[in-house]
Amino acid sequence: MNLLADTEKKVDEKKPLIEVKDLKEYFYINTGWFVSKPLKAVDGVSFTINKGETLGLVGESGCGKTTVGRTMLHLYKPTGGEIWYDGKQIKTRSDIKEFRKKATMVFQDPYSSLNPRMTVSDIIGEPLDVHKLYSTKQERQDRILELMGYVGLNSEHAARYAHEFSGGQRQRIGIARSLAVNPDFIVCDEPVSALDVSIQAQVINMFDELQEKLGLTYLFVAHDLLVVRHISDRIAVMYLGKMVELAPAAEIYDRPLHPYSKSLLSAVPVPDPKIARANKRIVLTGDIPSPLNAPSGCPFRTRCKYATDKCAESMPEFKEVSTGHFVACHRTADINS
Amino acid sequence: MALLEVNNLRTSFFTDAGEVKAVNNVSFSLDRGKVLGIVGESGSGKSVTAYSIMQILAGTGKIVGGSIKFDGTELVGAGEKVMKTIRGNKISIIFQDPMTSLNPTYTIGKQLMEAILLHTDRDSQQAYDRAVEMLRLVNVNEPERRMKQYPYEFSGGMRQRVMIAMALACEPDILIADEPTTALDVTIQAQILELMGSLQKELGMAIIMITHDLGVVAQICDEVIVMYAGSICEQGTADEIFYNPCHEYTKGLLRSIPTTDTAGRKLQPITGTPIDLLNMPKGCPFAPRCEFAMKVCINHRADRMRINDDHDAACWMNVKHGVQNGEIDLDELSSDGNPKEKKAEPPKEEKKEPVKYTADNKNNTGSSNKGKKNKKNKKKGDESVG
Repeated sequence: MNLLADTEKKVDEKKPLIEVKDLKEYFYINTGWFVSKPLKAVDGVSFTINKGETLGLVGESGCGKTTVGRTMLHLYKPTGGEIWYDGKQIKTRSDIKEFRKKATMVFQDPYSSLNPRMTVSDIIGEPLDVHKLYSTKQERQDRILELMGYVGLNSEHAARYAHEFSGGQRQRIGIARSLAVNPDFIVCDEPVSALDVSIQAQVINMFDELQEKLGLTYLFVAHDLLVVRHISDRIAVMYLGKMVELAPAAEIYDRPLHPYSKSLLSAVPVPDPKIARANKRIVLTGDIPSPLNAPSGCPFRTRCKYATDKCAESMPEFKEVSTGHFVACHRTADINS
Repeated sequence: MALLEVNNLRTSFFTDAGEVKAVNNVSFSLDRGKVLGIVGESGSGKSVTAYSIMQILAGTGKIVGGSIKFDGTELVGAGEKVMKTIRGNKISIIFQDPMTSLNPTYTIGKQLMEAILLHTDRDSQQAYDRAVEMLRLVNVNEPERRMKQYPYEFSGGMRQRVMIAMALACEPDILIADEPTTALDVTIQAQILELMGSLQKELGMAIIMITHDLGVVAQICDEVIVMYAGSICEQGTADEIFYNPCHEYTKGLLRSIPTTDTAGRKLQPITGTPIDLLNMPKGCPFAPRCEFAMKVCINHRADRMRINDDHDAACWMNVKHGVQNGEIDLDELSSDGNPKEKKAEPPKEEKKEPVKYTADNKNNTGSSNKGKKNKKNKKKGDESVG
């Protein structure tokens, strides 16, 4: 209980644990002989995550949400922008090494993110080996069993291989691995989307419990908006490499301001026939444009029914319209009055 | 007469490890112009049911019993010749993954025209016109130009539209959609569901929607079948299934999905892991994970019992309905050595259930204090496979 109270205190303080400033990640794609073009996967994204908080990151496939998570951990070298952790900028190699003891990742696909030739205890123990976090073998083994206990695996599972487990259990192994270095911050990249509905709830609850117990901070990347709504304190919506809206979870669901967030949230299939029948969906026309040929100005303007000439000319500023509610739209005031 | 009648369908896969009973005594009927949803987890047999209707099972799969009647014609054992006139013509199917279900080496136009030329007596010019018309119907822009393109030039949502166009080109009576939107984003999913709904009304066909997403079911289905481990555990109208679920598995599913008002609370997951189809238990397949499992559940599989005209469920918790309808003979059961009180008690608890499950409070009810927990799940949490 002490730990729990501690976490709540941290939330109250609203002390940012992670600050991302104008993060950019371009991939250069060859488009011809010696010609390459930047694919702007993430283009100037800024946000902060407070201690003990869960920030949900949603958007369609190809919007750059996974890239944000990976670039934050320097799995990709950022093309531009700054990442600050606990008041310190992560820049040099030694910073990164230190940072990776504090920030880890849970991957989407529990079938491909575990090495089939390693036993569970080796998989969970690998981060301990890499960062040399134990002095005796016994200590390593104890830590592995402790971690397995956290995620609800039995100690007799330690000697088994990943293929002997079901999807839900594999994801537990992946989570135990991410907890091995005793991190403060975990990037969860679609951790439940490969799981069956009945297993999904087990894993989501486990994320909740671990957060309470260990005071973790999450960046929760997912495309299932109901899952994100359930687990997040604040939610950020991305479209084509840019962040279009960021607000507390309840607020963004009740009062989305950006036309893209509106249509995205209205498209969520609600598991309730009466609500579903009454629900008027805002169906977008067309597909998300290729990030190689992103539209000028606001990236959403090609699918936006409120788009004007101004939207084609300049990218709207990402500004705070009410406390904690950021939106990037030229016409926020007009369309929400 | 119903358009499609499936009776006691049994499909098995004969693997080296033994017979996998993927579909076990599945019966349902589908009327013209209706949308039937089949929900279940992976491995529950929902796709195999569809593939059995189309008879496109993989090599080791075989229909081992039951009947499938389409418009009065028996399809089980009818032979390839008959099936060729049915497949793609009377019954069409859309697969889950639009990325892999189109042939990358042919143009979209050629693939669309193939079905039309095969099943109708149109010549190639008429088939071309029809293909363009179909593309227009599913909202593909510039259909003439698109006809000449290859699948890699289409996005996921576009490819799924092409699949729908292909499936509908011969005006089938039934469209089977096997997780048509699982690989797509929510905004594209909304487009596709909207499209399917409007086409269904326009053309008056019946749809079998196979999905694991209860949200999709709530959106477009009139009737719902819930499957678990190869058999139907509950069947009814969408409203009955969502607001008055009578099988513990359905209840568990509905409780475990996050909704807008579960934020800040714990979800109530179904404990345990899905069952191994190679080692099916004797009784109810859900019993090992069911927190209300009774002795009778372990030893006897419940038959489907009628709850009301629009609803039936295969769960011993509804034994009262079963006895009233004369579907269950209590004496027969007790002769197998099940103590009598095990069967007599459930109705008492069952009475309250429908009242509790109303639209507003279905999420916070459930596993509180009732039910007999004498055979509780062996272990909380996952259990290893193999």
